[in-house]
Amino acid sequence: MIPNFRFMANSEKHSITLQVNGHPYQLELLPWVSLLDALRENISLTGTKKGCDHGQCGACTVLIDGKRKLSCLTLAVMQEDVAITTIEGIAAEGNLHPLQQAFIDKDAFQCGYCTPGQICSAIGLLNENKANTREEVQDLMSGNLCRCGANKGIINAVMAVKQSISHE
Amino acid sequence: MPNQQSMSNEPSIGQPISRLEGYHKVTGTAKYAGEYNAPDLLYGYIVNSSITKGKIKSIDTTEAKKMSGVVEVFTHENRPSTAWFDFQYADMDAPPGTVFKPLKDNDIQYNGQPIALVIAETFEMARYAATKMQIVYEEEEFETDLNASLDLVRKPKKGLASLLKPPPPKPTGDFEKVYQDSFVRVDNHFSHGTEHHNPLEMYASTVIYEGNGKLKIYDKTQGTINSQLYVANVFGLKMKNVQVISPFVGGAFGSGLRPQHQLFMAVMASLALKRHVRVTLDRAQMYLIGHRPPTLQHLKFGADQRGKLNAIYHKAIGETSQFEDYVEIVVNWSNMLYPAENVRLEHEIVPLDVYSPLDMRAPGGSTGMHAIEVTMDEIAYKLQIDPLELRLINYSEIDKSSDKTYSSKELRSCYLQGAEKFGWDKRNPAPRSMRRGHKLVGYGMATGIWDANRIFGRAQAIMTPDGKVEIKSAVTDIGTGTLTIMTQIAADTLGMSIEDITFSYADSKMPFAPIQGGSFTTATIGPAVQNACHALNKKLFKLAKNIKGSVLSSSKLQDVIFKDGFISLKNNLDQKISILEIFQEHGGEAIKTTNSAMPNPLTYGKKAKAVHSAVFVEVEVDEELGTIEVKRAVTAVAAGKIINPKTAESQILGGMIWGISKALHEETILDHQFGRYMNANLAEYHIPVHADIQDLEVLFVDEEDHFVNDLGVKGVGEIGGVGIPPAITNAIFHATGRRIYELPIHFDKLL
Ligand code: FES
Ligand code: FES
Repeated sequence: MIPNFRFMANSEKHSITLQVNGHPYQLELLPWVSLLDALRENISLTGTKKGCDHGQCGACTVLIDGKRKLSCLTLAVMQEDVAITTIEGIAAEGNLHPLQQAFIDKDAFQCGYCTPGQICSAIGLLNENKANTREEVQDLMSGNLCRCGANKGIINAVMAVKQSISHE
Repeated sequence: MPNQQSMSNEPSIGQPISRLEGYHKVTGTAKYAGEYNAPDLLYGYIVNSSITKGKIKSIDTTEAKKMSGVVEVFTHENRPSTAWFDFQYADMDAPPGTVFKPLKDNDIQYNGQPIALVIAETFEMARYAATKMQIVYEEEEFETDLNASLDLVRKPKKGLASLLKPPPPKPTGDFEKVYQDSFVRVDNHFSHGTEHHNPLEMYASTVIYEGNGKLKIYDKTQGTINSQLYVANVFGLKMKNVQVISPFVGGAFGSGLRPQHQLFMAVMASLALKRHVRVTLDRAQMYLIGHRPPTLQHLKFGADQRGKLNAIYHKAIGETSQFEDYVEIVVNWSNMLYPAENVRLEHEIVPLDVYSPLDMRAPGGSTGMHAIEVTMDEIAYKLQIDPLELRLINYSEIDKSSDKTYSSKELRSCYLQGAEKFGWDKRNPAPRSMRRGHKLVGYGMATGIWDANRIFGRAQAIMTPDGKVEIKSAVTDIGTGTLTIMTQIAADTLGMSIEDITFSYADSKMPFAPIQGGSFTTATIGPAVQNACHALNKKLFKLAKNIKGSVLSSSKLQDVIFKDGFISLKNNLDQKISILEIFQEHGGEAIKTTNSAMPNPLTYGKKAKAVHSAVFVEVEVDEELGTIEVKRAVTAVAAGKIINPKTAESQILGGMIWGISKALHEETILDHQFGRYMNANLAEYHIPVHADIQDLEVLFVDEEDHFVNDLGVKGVGEIGGVGIPPAITNAIFHATGRRIYELPIHFDKLL
């Protein structure tokens, strides 16, 4: 269970700037720090969750230039000069994004631990404009696990927002 | 926090109120145990044994310790001393036996046992240094295979835990004889593998070192006071110097009923180094903290020509560790449901070289009810009686196993309403008779049952001069909706709107709450909240009466109502005194009251108390590939009063998805050659994803119960998962004509 990084011992810290939710953050980071750990430990943005650290659960999903990405599978030093949006940056000026409100209304969570990843992933999904039916939404959201079994509420919430967009 | 719902005058109990913490959960501001930061926080990474049984001959930490950023490495050789006696390690959910003590000595008792803790300035450094440990083991032979060890089977020891998990009742009648003479006999063997809770949040404890033997601990747990007790006892600290907080818990499902290793490790390091320390498990380590035990079951049911059960035999053999006798209630259910006169129930265990099993959502019930309800389905087929009809033929208003009447039991309505909603009458009973293209279609049904329990709990109510009330209890909310529900109960008892109530919780400094599990939280803490609110009303009323010239001076408590900030006479609402006035008279001090609630020991045992469900499922099975899909499912539940239909529905839906997972997806596979789990990650441990979840419906039938507690609530945490696995198994039989006795059912079993 322990990865063996033989090359690590002499690595040096890198000075980087990450653009997160519209703010620049200057960081001194060792090269092997994942974007996920950088967000949670160095910037104290703990809204992005760690459910596996291996790209298997979706809890760490963030938006990079509007596209959904697993932050545990990318290194922080690789993400300079891109716009990173985390769950903390989804509500504009304290006004909940329609999807956030839909999650509350449809009871699309229980423990809430998968929720930030689900919401970021769903926003990415809406941006992609690929999923048209409920079935396609289910398929394309399947990288985001929910152990509490809030699946029905989650898909209901995404569908509700999707429909309201297409009616605009 | 913004709350868009205002329903000031209406009772809030029974309303589908959205979770009050929802705002925090959708904005990322909900903080979980591993997310509290502190200056110069140290990070711990646990090192696990790579052998299953034997001794550590030597453990060399020199290289790891030399690495920059590494602060200390703890092993059994330099572990600070902790409590001597076994009982000091016991927690509220400890099975009879000897609690596992991390780093106690060089003895290895199971694969993955924690054997060292690396403490470093960053998480990455701690994890990296953990690879630099030089460990030499002396390996011994071990056994982890339940099927290969049946000669070791024995009766479990009894202990404190047996109170909540009673052994099977004594045999009644003459099972052997009546079974042999029965018109129809079914004799089945069932089995299922290991399962792991896998909450999405990994276990973490952040220990804030406050000096002078004082600790503030953010811990992932289902019981703040359980963790507090454990830490105080093990490390010899005063209870008042250990504060355990866990406001948000990212799922637990039973895995947080016992303090987990990371708590021990983080506290040990923090006390030794006098620093703030966080220890987080990684996903692979989440498979080393307890599990649902693999279990074998043998059932023999005999029935008469009309389908009435007259003989029941149910035996379970579960896995346990070498150090604790873990049991769950697997075999007690059939006779609670079906009133056969000749019954023999047995539960035994086989100790193996694994870690102790641990209660996992609907422990025992989901195991036993699977076997019972599949066996019932077989009897229905043998007699050519509709499976639903067979349940009604065997319907009972009493729990035959204890000869007590049920405090309430609306299972019949569950059967009837569920069947109607589902369209059960459209079922052609013959196997393989229904299809959709190349898919075989099957309908299956099953019953669910779970205990309705309550135990001892406390709550405090505090009213401040602005007329707002804070309720406090140490209870957690693991995603169950406890915060919202307790707020509703308080609001209605006080005659206030939910906006004026704050429920503070999940802090061991608050009034006592037991561990949150077994579906008993609402029935335990709800009445305590109610009592505290009643007591508060009483105090206010007394003060109101004592105000000079009070319009209430000659009235009694039962003559008044509390509403919208006033105490008014019921028969003359204009005669009232405002709460503000009471406070002015009272000198503006907050009014507090702390109260307990527990079942009445003289009467509580006189009735049987249970939650029931009826489950209907449609599956599609691909005729050539054997792939199985649950197309739709209806669960009708009788669980007494439903405080919040929205959160309760989510509880049942979650349980149903767990049932689908148990039936068709999840299993941890042990490699008996190594004694190690092979699929300890979320890619290979399958749980349902969004694409697996189709049309699920929940229906609550009306059930009034004035006996279980004053609220009439029974709990909905477990019942959702109990009936689904047998209903799916029965639907697969209906679709394919194949009866499968092992879980999970993967397509290869149908090929
Ligand atoms: S934490 Fe990144 S996918 Fe699980
Ligand atoms: S809400 Fe708990 S994991 Fe999804």
